[in-house]
Amino acid sequence: MTRPVTRPVTRPATRPATGRLNRRLAGALIPAYCALAFVFLLAPSVYTVLYSFNDGGRRNLVWQGFTLDNWRNPCGAPQVCEAFANSLQVGLLSTLFATTLGTLVAIALVRYRFRGRALANLLIFLPMSTPEVVLGAALLSQFLTLQLQLGFWTVVLAHVMFNISFVVVAVKARVQSMDPRLEEAAADLYASPWQAFWKVTFPLLVPGIAAAAALAFSLSFDDFIITNFNSGSFTTFPKFVYVSAARGIPAQANVIGTAMFVAALAVVIGAQVVAALRRRVSGAGSS
Amino acid sequence: MTTVAPGPAIGVAAPGTGAPGTGAEDVAARRAGAAGVGLMLPGTLYLVAFFVIPVFALLATSLYVPVPGGDVGQFMPAFHWQNYVTALADFWQPLARSFWFALLATAGALAVGYPIAYLIAVRGRGRPLLQGMLLVLVVAPFFTSFVLRTIAWKQILADDGYVVQALHWLHVLPPDGRLTATSFAVVVSLTHNFVPFMALPIYASLERLDPRLVEAGGDLYAGPWTTFRTVTLPLSMPGVVSGTLLTFIPAAGDYVSASLLGNSTNTAMIGQVIDTRFFRLLDYPTAASLSVVLMAAIAVLVGLYVRRTGTEDLL
Repeated sequence: MTRPVTRPVTRPATRPATGRLNRRLAGALIPAYCALAFVFLLAPSVYTVLYSFNDGGRRNLVWQGFTLDNWRNPCGAPQVCEAFANSLQVGLLSTLFATTLGTLVAIALVRYRFRGRALANLLIFLPMSTPEVVLGAALLSQFLTLQLQLGFWTVVLAHVMFNISFVVVAVKARVQSMDPRLEEAAADLYASPWQAFWKVTFPLLVPGIAAAAALAFSLSFDDFIITNFNSGSFTTFPKFVYVSAARGIPAQANVIGTAMFVAALAVVIGAQVVAALRRRVSGAGSS
Repeated sequence: MTTVAPGPAIGVAAPGTGAPGTGAEDVAARRAGAAGVGLMLPGTLYLVAFFVIPVFALLATSLYVPVPGGDVGQFMPAFHWQNYVTALADFWQPLARSFWFALLATAGALAVGYPIAYLIAVRGRGRPLLQGMLLVLVVAPFFTSFVLRTIAWKQILADDGYVVQALHWLHVLPPDGRLTATSFAVVVSLTHNFVPFMALPIYASLERLDPRLVEAGGDLYAGPWTTFRTVTLPLSMPGVVSGTLLTFIPAAGDYVSASLLGNSTNTAMIGQVIDTRFFRLLDYPTAASLSVVLMAAIAVLVGLYVRRTGTEDLL
């Protein structure tokens, strides 16, 4: 960049200097713009946290003053904690099923050759590329046709369905980055396929599976649209918030939302710090 | 700039993404046989039972007719394709609006998400802890419940809120102008909701970008903007394509933003109509045919888009 500019004479001689100035300006512009973008991204979360301290009672839409009452009594509003507990149950159960089914599919797709692979890939891709409202409406049509009672189990069935594809995608990436020769080495050492899987493959897959499970749980916990279509009178946390929006949401909903926010943030930041410490340790070891 | 690049560039390229992954896939044979099918079967059967068959149930329902003399909500199987004609005639507006809002939200998410992804991947290169923390900030909105976030927008854009007051003071908004119950509020909320879906895939492709290519642009006397336009942007296109798909598709079907932040006249999206038809009016055939139209329209648009951007292998 500091080399002499051999350009046609029509270019003004001051070009390199202005270029540098432009570069410096552009250099400051992007972080400044991104700071605004982060404000935009985080503003709703900040509001959710703030309004958990609002003395707003049942209609928590306008700031009325600071209080800790909502935090002292998080189950104070009717149904809040029940809806929260329902969401946790649905989330855990659907994560368990979806992660198991999806992991098996991911291993098969990467490691095995069989007829219909392309079709299977399409089958995994389609639910992710279908709007939630269509998934919800389709399942509801089926449940109506079968005259199934809507409730806890129909919600779990629905959540497993939309989560399988996400688990497959997340675990597939991990399986792809794994060296298959490790399994072959296990086989050479007379491990049965079953032993090779549990002693070699599975431990290596654990980080990928854990990430997929975390994703599945958060998708399930946060889902509103598909749940709304298939839950009947059964209430999850997002559905509770949506339904009470018309009357005003109790501040306790913000308390639970804030608690989840802080917990998730702590886990993720913790993971980042641990990774950074590991890098430092391994970096110190190698140098 | 020129002095730092070669070192970390080689460091990034060698152990990371490239060689082992792809090599493993090519060299190490995929095993043939029944075991693979056995692993596939439970998951795929589940998707057949709770995705494929329901889609057919939806198609069937979209052709039903009311039972003559029956109650509201009683239908019988038929092949009444005219359901589609009446549904489209009645609801083409919310349908078109859904795609329009989804397009605006996609553009907005790109405008917010791309610079963030660029900042983290390119400017943050070589500082993994900073990159990690900024990525946490990108996904942090997801840790707040989606419905609560949408309601927070209601509070932020409220008539006596800071945003509206500031806009009045700047005369951007007329004195009686408001943001609540407008299409603007709906699009802002939709945009906000999908920025992470946009930023993460773009980040992933920018992260893989070899910084030496950008250096080469500079060495060839290209300005930063030209380098960006001819090197960085084209190489980040796979991320942009997946980001826009991950934004556009769910945004077109979303109705939480529209029903919580919109009004009853000119912000209704198709998801709201489908929801109302199903639950309030028990008009299953219309709701089902609108769902089918939405799904088909998205499939066609996505197909065209993916073909045009030349990234079929994305699927």
